[in-house]
Amino acid sequence: MEIDSLEGLLAGHSFLKGLDPEQIALIAGCARNVRFEQDEYLFREGDPADTFFVVREGLVALELYPPGKDPVVLQTAGADEIIGWSWMVAPHVWRYSGLAIEPTRALAIDGACLRRKADDNPLLGYLLLTRVAEVMAHRLEATRLQLLDLYGRD
Amino acid sequence: MSQAPAAADPMVPLPFRVTNSKPETSDTVTLELAPINGEHRVSFAAGQFNMLYAFGVGESAISISGDPSLQDRYVHTLRAIGTVTRALHALREGDVLGLRGPFGNRWPLDRAEGRDVVIVAGGIGLAPLRTAIYRIASDRNRFGQVSVLYGCRTPDDVLYADEFSVWHHNHRINVQTTVDRSRSGWRGRVGVVTTLIPTVSLDPDNVVVMLCGPEVMIHFTVIELHRRRVRDDDIFIAMERNMKCALGFCGRCQLGPTFVCKDGSIFPYSRLRRLLTLKEL
Repeated sequence: MEIDSLEGLLAGHSFLKGLDPEQIALIAGCARNVRFEQDEYLFREGDPADTFFVVREGLVALELYPPGKDPVVLQTAGADEIIGWSWMVAPHVWRYSGLAIEPTRALAIDGACLRRKADDNPLLGYLLLTRVAEVMAHRLEATRLQLLDLYGRD
Repeated sequence: MSQAPAAADPMVPLPFRVTNSKPETSDTVTLELAPINGEHRVSFAAGQFNMLYAFGVGESAISISGDPSLQDRYVHTLRAIGTVTRALHALREGDVLGLRGPFGNRWPLDRAEGRDVVIVAGGIGLAPLRTAIYRIASDRNRFGQVSVLYGCRTPDDVLYADEFSVWHHNHRINVQTTVDRSRSGWRGRVGVVTTLIPTVSLDPDNVVVMLCGPEVMIHFTVIELHRRRVRDDDIFIAMERNMKCALGFCGRCQLGPTFVCKDGSIFPYSRLRRLLTLKEL
């Protein structure tokens, strides 16, 4: 029963829209519902990146802690977005911390489980890779825009 | 987008008194200006601008940011960024400045009636768009879903934050704000304004987008709107150029075959598309 509801939630999320029911079922087998209170960490920099999050609602700040300086919020991610690609990229370690700045509900996907399924099912692996690559490209573009200091004085 | 009438002699500034000066951020202030001689009737359309003259310093084109239904004052929000705007920024209640205008065309609110409206603003670009937001709020049922997507540099640079909840709760306007950089403690979004566009339900056949901000922001926002299949004819952009006469005489604000002051300053993107990608324009 839980698997069915997970499948419905996954199929309705932008990140996975268009995947066929079999592929969704494979992903659902690695997923669980999670909830984080405001100011609760989803993960911390340096932790093993064994999970990625399909956010259903709420808002998560991705923070970096430069030595000797205050934490910097690099970016936020909210409903209908995903958080994390370190599960896919060796050495599978979080490069920043994820802090819920609003109560957040998400589906946590076991990265090791999904990697195994992707190895066994190259089409699924390819589809996931292209979608993660699209997210990475969007975030890279957004980061470049942030570097441009759009609203600065120049 | 018809032109509203300007003053009798549009080259002659009229004296206006600062009746209120409200700091918005460390370098941005909102001035309320009332005519001194009482002969000038305050009347403007959402999207127009005035030429403000700091005596002995110079003139600058500043968008009107106030409620078009208020007929007794002009409201301008300006950022101290050059010699003239620094002088204007320093004005206090009771001080006098010169004013010519209003000039320029208006936001396409008639075209937006019955459709969803997405307003995208960057930095001080929210100031000219606030006039459109006031107009929409005053006649809210004439429009579909209305979203204001606002990006600025840091939480300290957010303009009009005290009005957001009024727009949201009283006028059913979805207001989303994001900043480029933040320390811990900010409870809002971090990221460029383009990242807000996917948060809006957007029907390309039933939407009008109004956009104002730095040109680089406009460029990337339009790319994101194109991803959502919004048509160029439905995207309207307020252009900023260095205006001098505001009447199309001097050519300072020329952009290809158009004069931003006289033909705009608001254009459909279909008209700007080629011009914005030309070097040195």
